Amino acid sequence: MTPVLLWTDALVFLLVACGIASGIYISRREYLLASWHRVGESRAGMASLTLLVAFVVVGLIDSLHYRPRLEAASGQPGGYSGEVRSLLDVLLQPLRDGTEKTYSAPLAAHLYARETVELPDGSQARVFPRLKHGGAHLADVEAEWGRDVTLRTLRGAALAVLAGLTFVALAVLFAARRWGTGWQAAWRRIRRGETRFAWHAALAALGMLLLLAGPALSLAGGYHVLGTDKVGQDVLYLTLKSIRTGLVIGTLTTLVMLPFAVALGLVAGYVGGWVDDLIQYLYTTLNSIPGVLLIAAAVLMVQVAIDMHPDWFATAAQRADARLLALCLILGVTSWTGLCRLLRAETLKLRELEYVQAAQAFGASAARILGRHILPNVMHIVLISVVMDFSGLVLAEAVLSYIGIGVDPSTISFGTMINTARLELAREPVVWWSLLAAFVFMFVLVLAANLFADAVRDAFDPRLAGSRRSLPGKMA
Amino acid sequence: MHAWLLAFAALLAGCGEVWNNPYPAQDGGRNILYGAFTERPKHLDPVQSYSSDESEFNSQIYEPPLQYHYLKRPYTLVPLTAETMPRVRSVNAAGRDVPADSPGVAYTLYEIRIRPGILYQPHPAFARGPDGNLLYHNLSQADLKEVYSLGDFPQTGTRELTAEDYIYQIKRLAHPRLHSPLFGLMSEYIAGFKEFAERLKAEDKTLADSGRRGAWLDLSTLPLDGVEQIDKYSYRVRIKGRYPQFAYWLAMNFFAPVPIEADRFFAQPGMAERNLTLDWYPIGTGPYMLTENNPNARMVLERNPNFRGEPYPDAGEADDAAAGLLAAAGRRMPFIDKAVFSREREGIPYWNKFLQGYYDLSGISSDSFDQAVRVSVEGEAGVSPEMAAKGIKLKTSVSASTYYFAFNWLDPVVGGEQSDAAARARARKLRQAISIALDWEEFISIFANGRGIPAQGPIPSGIFGYREGRDGVNPVVYDWAGDAPKRKPIEAAKKLLAEAGYPGGRDAQSGQPLVLYLDTTDRGPGDKPRLDWYRKQFAKLAIQLEIRGTDYNRFQEKVRKGAAQMFAWGWLADYPDPENFLFLFHGPQSRAKAQGENAANYANPEYDRLFEQVKHMENGSARQALIDRMMAILREDAPWSFGYHPKDYSLYHGWVANLKPNLMARNSLKYQRIDAALRERRRAEWNRPVLWPLGLLVVVIVASAAPAVIGWRRRERSKGRT
Amino acid sequence: MLAYVVRRLLYAIPILIGVNLLTFLLFFVVNTPDDMARMQLGIKRVTPEAIAHWKAERGYDKPLLYNRNAEGAARVTNTIFFEKSVKLFAFEFGRADDGRDIGNEIRTRMGPSLAIAVPTFVLGLFVTVSFALLLAFFRATYLDFWGVVLCVAMMSISSLFYIIGGQYLVSKVWHLVPISGYAGGLDAMRFLLLPVLIGVAAGIGSSTRWYRTIFLEEIGKDYVRTARAKGLSELAVLFRHVLKNALIPILTGVVVVIPLLFMGSLLTESFFGIPGLGSYTIDAINAQDFAVVRAMVFIGSVLYIAGLLLTDLSYTLVDPRVRLQ
Repeated sequence: MTPVLLWTDALVFLLVACGIASGIYISRREYLLASWHRVGESRAGMASLTLLVAFVVVGLIDSLHYRPRLEAASGQPGGYSGEVRSLLDVLLQPLRDGTEKTYSAPLAAHLYARETVELPDGSQARVFPRLKHGGAHLADVEAEWGRDVTLRTLRGAALAVLAGLTFVALAVLFAARRWGTGWQAAWRRIRRGETRFAWHAALAALGMLLLLAGPALSLAGGYHVLGTDKVGQDVLYLTLKSIRTGLVIGTLTTLVMLPFAVALGLVAGYVGGWVDDLIQYLYTTLNSIPGVLLIAAAVLMVQVAIDMHPDWFATAAQRADARLLALCLILGVTSWTGLCRLLRAETLKLRELEYVQAAQAFGASAARILGRHILPNVMHIVLISVVMDFSGLVLAEAVLSYIGIGVDPSTISFGTMINTARLELAREPVVWWSLLAAFVFMFVLVLAANLFADAVRDAFDPRLAGSRRSLPGKMA
Repeated sequence: MHAWLLAFAALLAGCGEVWNNPYPAQDGGRNILYGAFTERPKHLDPVQSYSSDESEFNSQIYEPPLQYHYLKRPYTLVPLTAETMPRVRSVNAAGRDVPADSPGVAYTLYEIRIRPGILYQPHPAFARGPDGNLLYHNLSQADLKEVYSLGDFPQTGTRELTAEDYIYQIKRLAHPRLHSPLFGLMSEYIAGFKEFAERLKAEDKTLADSGRRGAWLDLSTLPLDGVEQIDKYSYRVRIKGRYPQFAYWLAMNFFAPVPIEADRFFAQPGMAERNLTLDWYPIGTGPYMLTENNPNARMVLERNPNFRGEPYPDAGEADDAAAGLLAAAGRRMPFIDKAVFSREREGIPYWNKFLQGYYDLSGISSDSFDQAVRVSVEGEAGVSPEMAAKGIKLKTSVSASTYYFAFNWLDPVVGGEQSDAAARARARKLRQAISIALDWEEFISIFANGRGIPAQGPIPSGIFGYREGRDGVNPVVYDWAGDAPKRKPIEAAKKLLAEAGYPGGRDAQSGQPLVLYLDTTDRGPGDKPRLDWYRKQFAKLAIQLEIRGTDYNRFQEKVRKGAAQMFAWGWLADYPDPENFLFLFHGPQSRAKAQGENAANYANPEYDRLFEQVKHMENGSARQALIDRMMAILREDAPWSFGYHPKDYSLYHGWVANLKPNLMARNSLKYQRIDAALRERRRAEWNRPVLWPLGLLVVVIVASAAPAVIGWRRRERSKGRT
Repeated sequence: MLAYVVRRLLYAIPILIGVNLLTFLLFFVVNTPDDMARMQLGIKRVTPEAIAHWKAERGYDKPLLYNRNAEGAARVTNTIFFEKSVKLFAFEFGRADDGRDIGNEIRTRMGPSLAIAVPTFVLGLFVTVSFALLLAFFRATYLDFWGVVLCVAMMSISSLFYIIGGQYLVSKVWHLVPISGYAGGLDAMRFLLLPVLIGVAAGIGSSTRWYRTIFLEEIGKDYVRTARAKGLSELAVLFRHVLKNALIPILTGVVVVIPLLFMGSLLTESFFGIPGLGSYTIDAINAQDFAVVRAMVFIGSVLYIAGLLLTDLSYTLVDPRVRLQ
């Protein structure tokens, strides 16, 4: 196999590196650490962070891409498949390969639609055919199904409990060492929530997560836990793959727009004069174009560029990835104005402060003042806006995909899932599981992001509470 | 909130027992047909309109000289406004009559005589004052001040249909400002048409140069060599050489009459600015007239009071009488007073409203199919028990269309124009292998829910040249398994692929995997399953498929430039003649080289030679023999993987009668009948409002308000204490 | 004051020119005039002459931005951009590429758009402000806590789900309102009810939270404490002082969107089949009708600028201390 580094992968890992670097930076500075401690005290914040970490782990595993090597036939040089897979695909191999013909309900052993089949005696009948993979190990579905499902669920739950206990034990031991107490005392404190960090919230969230994931994993060995879609793909696999798309859009959009927003905002506020006028003109102009139209035009344009140059990309995955990145860029372009305006206002205030005036008097260059004195003092605004924008962007993706200007159709995302699932509601009997799966996963992701954002905001700047910029997600 | 909710409930209760009726309550029991349209019609001018969603309306209004028989199959032309079928004569260069099949035929003459006494719908363009002069033909800007639609002219009038109107419309096909899609084709056949168009262009330029750009061009004064008026009711069209298909065109709206008064009326300055154009307000002699034109929401057709009244056909196919289709034989059409078509852009509301009884008929989207249709053991489709219980009925027919997967003949890998014969043979084997691997039976069952017939060639059943059974099977892709064709096993395809030089999907020389490219317009999120399916088919041969989705414009451009390697497309026939399918492979009509309709750019001299012969032949065994030879060439060369011929299913409610799908004739509204009283009862039965959620809502609101009220009380009390 | 308004209006001109240029560039990179012609002329049997004619007739045969062959000022004026943009400033939108008058279309579609946007806006504002006041009244109690949780949960649901779910239950399963469509006059009520309710529900979460924070901030201020100390009831404090003083931040967020109500809502209109400006815009994007897209972008920008101006003016009305200069 040969590793493939997609553009978004590179940026995702850059983001992770930045995260780690700033973590180290923060841990060395007491005054910054204090604010993060406040985040740690928030029960909702820690519980949602635990969930977010789980999502991020799935997303990161899904960001390690490679192209499998093709078996070399005799006397032939080998080659690589054009298909790009990720580590997640490897982990979910059985789900990925276990496609059925068409719809099947969660945990079903039969297709959801009748089909005409030929019976052994040569006659034909309309029956619900057995699935190729879901419940294929059952000889007699009616007799064994209930028992099998219960057994698998229990086994998964037992594993989950075991794993959960291990985590709790690790946390207790770690805490005990940290506080220099015995493990019983540490456990008591954690259990009663008498700790500074909301350990108990994080552990409870982890426990819940494990209790859901354990049985799901155990059942996934023999069934389609969330059913299959129109062409028979496992819905659980699709939802897990959607997570990366959501995360990429939520994080990379802010990552790509940050440099512009920060630089322009600071410069406009600090330098003033015609530069300020120009930057203000720029963002007022961009702001005054209805967002969807701007996004639509830009997405279509990128699409054309990609279509005209098929030679730019070696594989379909790379092309889809380029479109995803382009969507991030475009969303970034339409959403940087709000942050820019906030930063400009803040810089205007900071400019008048004594220590900045003093630095100016000492003849420090503008770049130095901006970098040394002003930037660190507006970082909390940047941070808050990054976490607050995240959920809005995840929601925006769904809406844009509905209008047809979202991600590439070959990219699995919540938006594309909802869009196809929407049509299934008109069927009778209703095919509800795709829509429900997309709903639940997306809801949990966005809810966790919202709660975490609240915790961060409260910790860093309660004044900014509730100030949200409008994103296309709210256009309904 | 409570008061508001109650008010809302009261308001709804006022609407009668059914709450969700999207139509005005007073229209309840009336003889109105309800339908829907998804795409807004772009052109209603018969020289421009070419799409089937537009002819849905236009064909009820405009009347060309001929029409297709409503019930008979195969499709047969019968007179509509013409008294009889056109008299066809063949003449030689000297103008003397010769037999139609003699080599000396220089022109074919079509003489059409229309019935006297046919009247146009009431229209202000015909309105005359007491002095007999046309009222609205010298309007000033002041006169038009209060005019926003055609209804703002108080007076209307009518006039008898004459042969001159038909001639006027033929001339309009060449109008430089109207760019009719048919002009290119007709200029090849109608004598003097090209010269006439040049002349018009020059006249138009003179007008523009004299500062009257866009002013009315009086076509009636300019002679057109190939079309002449014989008397008030007859005219003659002179066709170069032979072109038997011309009769089919005479059944299309391109050859419907347009009165000169209307053209002049709409050409007055200020009209176009008010959307008053022929493109927006059709004017015809047909059974219906367009009374409301709001393509965003609603199109309404109402009975034309001046309609002459045509009798319902009294003969049809064998089982038509048993199906009750002949019950109305000989009675005066139309039967329905009014037809309301609502815009329904999404499939789901369309389908649900049909189920609720608010649309009388519906096509079926693939996703609703399971619900509606049950395919019986014999593979015959019928409505499902639930639908049957509601009285819903189903009619099916194979449409005169084909959905195909084309290989670009100019492509170096899959095409057929390589320099050496060995390479050509290899590419052919590759195409054949892919044709076997593309499992259209599965495609039909997943994406069309069985609504289609796997194609053995380009010609669908119901069109001359199609062969049933063993003789009609494509031997390259199918084996004959006793009683039905059976797709060859994938091993056969793998073997062909190896012979083509790609054993195991890898280039025999370099070892690199074979990567092919599919261009498609499927790029919406809903299209993902289809793309996955294509990928799966090629994966069976270990060929890697790259899909390039683009918008329709870009897709067309790529095909036009011959830059697409493979693509899937469809063709809907203009008329029921094999020529209309066979010409899709005619070399000189290559899309990339000549902007023709041969999108695959296929070229085979032998095929082209046969095509030239078949083109103008009368149907018969000689023609069939040649078509068989052409089929054999196509199947061997495999420039297409012949996909499938879609089946049209239409569902309709029990209260609709006289419905028979007719893919050639769009003027079917006049034949249909409805039982409005039955519809009224069914709607009431199916749409009883479910009220408990409203009750639940009130309970939830009260329940959630309770703690607030309690908290409030407590706080007030505690304040009292302090 | 008047001078201020005039200055702001003048300032709008370069912005509108910028907007126009940007949309123009974006759109024409995507769509060459040839594409547009083909889109409008249909699929079957289109000749190159027909395309050339179509372009000439609509003035798309000129260079895009700069005319090399012309003399003097005509180099800039005799171009597609100049010819198509100048008229916009006089609100002359011309005809859509399918030949229909855009101004007329916008006028007829404005009604349905407003009929859905205004009730959603007013009702939404009323519901969210009352809800937020209620939460502020019960601040730091369990009621407040669960109210906020409800808000966060509601704002974490994609608006698509509100629409899909609402339409499925209310229209399809319960038969309470028509599934889609629109009618003029009083009849419109039945069609608008569900979209309006869904619009309000989808907006409750984030707005309520925002208003609640504003109210809480006001409640924390000294004058409120003074008022309470004077023995005013909690209710009187809330309505007479807090609500009144919280109006400014609420206005900032709210007034700017009022003019944009004209533009209609893309999702709701297309789901419910309401022939408003939102669905017009989507149709135009799909049909690549540049004339319509450009007109809608222009109107959108004008309305946005009008919104900013209205915001400023409304400050002076609510708070006489604010002076515009």
